Amino acid sequence: MSTTTLPPGEKTQPKSAPRKKAGISDRSRSERKLGWMLAGPAFFVMLAVTAYPILQATYESLFSYRLTDPTNREFIGLTNYWVILSDPLWWQSIWVTVLITVVTVAVELVLGFGLAMVMAKALKALRPVLRAAILIPYAVITVVSAFAWQFAFDINTGFVNSWFAWIPGVSANTDWFGDWGTSILVICLAEIWKTTPFISLLLLAGLAQVPEVLQEAAQVDGATWWQRLWKVTIPNMKAAIMVALLFRTLDAFRVFDSIFIMTGGSNGTESVSFLAYRQTIARLEIGLGSAVSVLLFIAVVLIAFSFIKGFKIDLSQARGSDRCPHARRSCGGSAGRSSCCTRCSRSPGSSPSRSRRPRTSPTASSCRRSRPG
Amino acid sequence: MSLDPPYIPEFAEAGFTAPVPEDVAERVTEDVVQSAIDGSTWNEELVAVPFWANTQLLWYKQSVAEAAGLDMEEPVTWEQLVQAAEEQDTQIAAQGIRAEALTVWVNALIESAGGSIIEETAPDPGDIELGLTSDAAVAAAEVMNSVATVGGPAFSTAGEDANVTDFEDGDAAFMVNWPFVWGRALGAVEAGTLDASVPEDYGWSLYPRVSEDEPSAPPYGGINLVVGAFSENVDAAFEAAECIVSEENQAYYFISNGNPASKTTVYDDPEVLDVFPQAPVIRESLENAAPRPQTVYYSEVSGALQRIYHPATSIDPGSTGEEASELILAVLRGEQLL
Repeated sequence: MSTTTLPPGEKTQPKSAPRKKAGISDRSRSERKLGWMLAGPAFFVMLAVTAYPILQATYESLFSYRLTDPTNREFIGLTNYWVILSDPLWWQSIWVTVLITVVTVAVELVLGFGLAMVMAKALKALRPVLRAAILIPYAVITVVSAFAWQFAFDINTGFVNSWFAWIPGVSANTDWFGDWGTSILVICLAEIWKTTPFISLLLLAGLAQVPEVLQEAAQVDGATWWQRLWKVTIPNMKAAIMVALLFRTLDAFRVFDSIFIMTGGSNGTESVSFLAYRQTIARLEIGLGSAVSVLLFIAVVLIAFSFIKGFKIDLSQARGSDRCPHARRSCGGSAGRSSCCTRCSRSPGSSPSRSRRPRTSPTASSCRRSRPG
Repeated sequence: MSLDPPYIPEFAEAGFTAPVPEDVAERVTEDVVQSAIDGSTWNEELVAVPFWANTQLLWYKQSVAEAAGLDMEEPVTWEQLVQAAEEQDTQIAAQGIRAEALTVWVNALIESAGGSIIEETAPDPGDIELGLTSDAAVAAAEVMNSVATVGGPAFSTAGEDANVTDFEDGDAAFMVNWPFVWGRALGAVEAGTLDASVPEDYGWSLYPRVSEDEPSAPPYGGINLVVGAFSENVDAAFEAAECIVSEENQAYYFISNGNPASKTTVYDDPEVLDVFPQAPVIRESLENAAPRPQTVYYSEVSGALQRIYHPATSIDPGSTGEEASELILAVLRGEQLL
C-alpha cells in the first residue's frame, strides 16, 4: 500500500495536500532535474578526479610494482595489505595519527566554539575585523605555518626556550623535536593554531541559524546562560557541529605537512599519510604505497560513516524539507526534523512562556505527533 | 638533468640515462677526482658527466684546538676530538638528524674504518651482502655513540645548517661539514651579522680518522649530469653537458656558489685559491672520498639506516648493525614497511 510511506505527522496536516500519488510531486521532479543540471558537471568532474585515482590505487595495490623497475611488476593479491597490517610501524603510525586527531579536534572544537560565540556576539562594527583576524591562521599555507612553528621552537633560532624558561622543564637547552612527546605537542599546537578558525567559522554559521526567539523564550522561562547553551543553542546547531567535526577529523587524520617539516618522521612521529608518502614517493614502491593509501582511505570512510551515524543526522534533510513545513518556519529549518520537534514538544510544558506560543499551534501538534514512540 | 650521485644507479639500471659516448666519457673524466668518477659510474660504465663534487672537511677553531694541544698539521682521530671537546668543555657539530645527512656520516665512518655498508650487490635485492656487522661498522657505531655525548643538547635534530650556527656561535669548536660553511661565514661578515674575528679563527683539515693508522674516507656528494635516454637531441645534450662542466665554468661555479669542482685543474686557479684558501685540502679530500653505497635500492638502504642509527645516543655498537641489516633486507624483500 502506498500511503504507508508518509510519516504519521503528514497525514494530519491539512496543508500537505500537494503530495499526491505515491511518487514524487511535479515540483520535486523539476527540482530534482534542476539539481542534476546544476550539480551534474561538478559530479562528473569529481568522478574523474577522485573516483578514477581511487580505483587505480586499489588496482595498483594488488601488485608488487616499483616505478623504476616496471618489467618486474607482478600480481601478488593482498600480500601488500598483509605486509602493512602485520608491521608494527603501521600500528604505531595509526596510534600517532589517532592521538593527533583526537587531541587537536577536541581542543579545536572547544576553542572554535568560543571564538564563534565571540564573533557572533561582537559589536556589528567590530565583527568584520574580528572575523578577518581570527581567520588569518587558516589562510596561511600549512607548510609555511609548520616552518613558523618549527623556527619558534628551534633550539637555535626559536624564542620559545627563552620566553618560557620559567616553566619547569623548559630551558635554553630544550630540544623540542628531539623527543616523541614534545614533538607531538608542537605538531598539535601548530595544527590547532592553524585550523581552529576553520571550525569556528563553521560553528558561527551554525550559531547564526539558532533563532533568537528560542533564546528569548528560554530566557523568559528563566533559563540560565549555561542552560540556554546546552538546551537551546547546541541542540539547534547539531548539524553544524557535526559538519565541523567531520571535516576537521578527516583533515586531521591525514596530517602530513607539519610532521614532514618539523620532525621528518623521527622519534616515532610518523603518521599514516607519512608512511604512504615514504613508500610511494621516496621508495617509488607504487604497489605498497597504494595499499597504504587505500587503507588510509578506508579509515577516512569509516570515520565519515560513523560520524553521520553517530550524530543521527541526514544532511540531505538539513534544509528542513517539506516533511515538517511548519516546524521549518518556527525552527529556522536548520537542523532537520528531530531537533525542532524536541524543541516544539518541550515548549507547552513551561508555564510562564505559554502565552507567547499558543499551545495549539500546528508546529507543536504536528511535531509532537511525528516523534517516534 | 642534475642528479644526486646516490640515485645514479637507480636511474641507470632503469634505462633512464643515455649511455655516455666513449669520446665524451674520455674528455669529461680527464683530470677529474676519483670519487666523482666512481659516483658517475654504474656497472663499470660511465653513465653521468661529473660536474661539481662535494666533500666534508673537519672544521675547527684554531684557538680551541691549540688550547687542547691538538697538532692539526697531523691527521686527527674522532677519539682525539671527543677527548679535546670534553676537556675544553665544547661540542662537536655533526649531522645527527634523521635525514640523508645521517647516512652520509654513517657511510663515511664505516668507509674510514675500512668497511662498506654494502659489501656485495646481487641481482635479487634480498640477497645483497651488507657489512653492517663487520668490525669496521662496530667501530663506526662506537664513534657515533661517543660523538653524540659531546654533540650538544640538540644533536638528534642537528643538520648541516644547525651545525654551522653552533660553530659560528662558538657552542661547537669542531665540526664536520661541507665547504659552504666558509662562504656562509664570509657572507655573514659582509652582511654585518658575524664578527670578522670568527672566520679568522677557522681552521680546516682532512676528515677525522676512525683508526689512527688508516686514512679517512670523507663523504662524497655533489651533482652529476645525466642525459635522458628518451631525449630527442642526445648529442646536443652531451655537448651542452660538456660545456657546463668546462674548467672555466666549474671555477666560476665554485667561486660564485661555493660548489667545489670535480676537475683537479680548477684547484690551481688563483681566483679560486683567493676565495677558498682551503681548496687544496678539498681536492685531497675528494681524492680520498668514498661514495655512498651504490645500489639500485638506495632509498631503502638509506631510509632504513636513518631509522635504526637515529638517535645516535641510542646506538648499541654490538646490536645496532644487526638490527639495521635485518630491516634493510626485510624491506628489500618486501616484507616490511619503511
